[in-house]
Amino acid sequence: MPEFEPKIVAFCCRYCAYTAADLAGSMRLQYSPNIRVVEMPCSGTIEHGLILNAFEKGVDGVYIAGCNLGDCHFLKGNVRAIKRVAAVKKILDEIGLGGQRLEFFHIPASEGTKFAKVANEMTERIRQLGPSPLNKNAAGNAQKEGGQTV
Amino acid sequence: MIVAQQKPISEIAQMISDCKKVLFLGCAGCVTVCLSGGEKETDVLASAIRIKRTLENNPLEATTFTCTRQCDPEYIAGIDNLVKDVDAIVSLACGVGVQYLAERFMDKWVVPAMDTKFAGGSVVHGLWEEKCGLCGECILHRTGGICPIIRCSKSILNGPCGGSQYGKCEINKDIDCAWQLIYDRMKALGKLDKLMEIQPLKDWSKSRDGGPRKSIREDVMIDE
Ligand code: SF4
Ligand code: SF4
Repeated sequence: MPEFEPKIVAFCCRYCAYTAADLAGSMRLQYSPNIRVVEMPCSGTIEHGLILNAFEKGVDGVYIAGCNLGDCHFLKGNVRAIKRVAAVKKILDEIGLGGQRLEFFHIPASEGTKFAKVANEMTERIRQLGPSPLNKNAAGNAQKEGGQTV
Repeated sequence: MIVAQQKPISEIAQMISDCKKVLFLGCAGCVTVCLSGGEKETDVLASAIRIKRTLENNPLEATTFTCTRQCDPEYIAGIDNLVKDVDAIVSLACGVGVQYLAERFMDKWVVPAMDTKFAGGSVVHGLWEEKCGLCGECILHRTGGICPIIRCSKSILNGPCGGSQYGKCEINKDIDCAWQLIYDRMKALGKLDKLMEIQPLKDWSKSRDGGPRKSIREDVMIDE
């Protein structure tokens, strides 16, 4: 049986992590193909419901990436995102899916290397946790997922 | 506003564990303002319980809707079609809304997602505090706009008690002594003499002690 390839959604602030993703590309850095990047106007636009929705749809992991503390384009969006992520982690623990499947990271626009590192780290973490019980296509998805961008 | 807090998810899930199809019903009134039972919270709760049930191999079909107000018959009349084929309604309104639903939908299992806490307001975004004890006969004009019924731990009418220390109430050093606040405000207003008047015994029959209350305005009633 092929190795489990997690499907992970990364909600990335356009002023930092999303730009860092671009930079990682320009730097020709290799990073995990398991990440699906969603561009956000600010990490603070993330909502509890949106995260839960992604899990309901069967993704194995989710992370929100925002600017360093003090660097938010909208002053406090990242602080709010951190609090919301903590609240949703609690919900995930309470309902048995597990808060470790969700994380917040600071990824400044200038750090393409960190973007790649976080993508790899999160993929490894979720691989260890195994597929989400809500992921109906988990078994044998290795080839299907590998390297694709859709 | 009425301030309510959501119960733990596991408790709410337990109430509907044998139901297959459930309507999660939010309220766009007070509980939206105190961020506990509005549209967003309703979607989050439904989603969380759906996931929980899937993990338990007992899938739940959960729909959501948010009424303008659950404490007004005209607004819950509009949801008859949503209620028709569900096994239960989880109400995210205060206890009033839950009861209006239970009365209208006699054959439905209606359960509360909230613990209704108090009548109060917000201090800052995310923090609410109790301000009124709904006593039925307001005396704020005698107490500088600070309610001793609910903000004094002993509901003393001629305070403070002997436990008032450095402006704090004796039951907890984080709670302001309401009577100290009343004194300070009356002093600032130059109305300390008013505090010398002994407050008469309060007629508690106008409060809950008189049984469930009604409020009537004949002039706005529509004759059938
Ligand atoms: S005196 Fe009675 S009505 Fe007035 S604020 Fe206090 S509890 Fe409420
Ligand atoms: S210390 Fe003040 S608030 Fe506390 S019970 Fe006494 S009078 Fe009331």
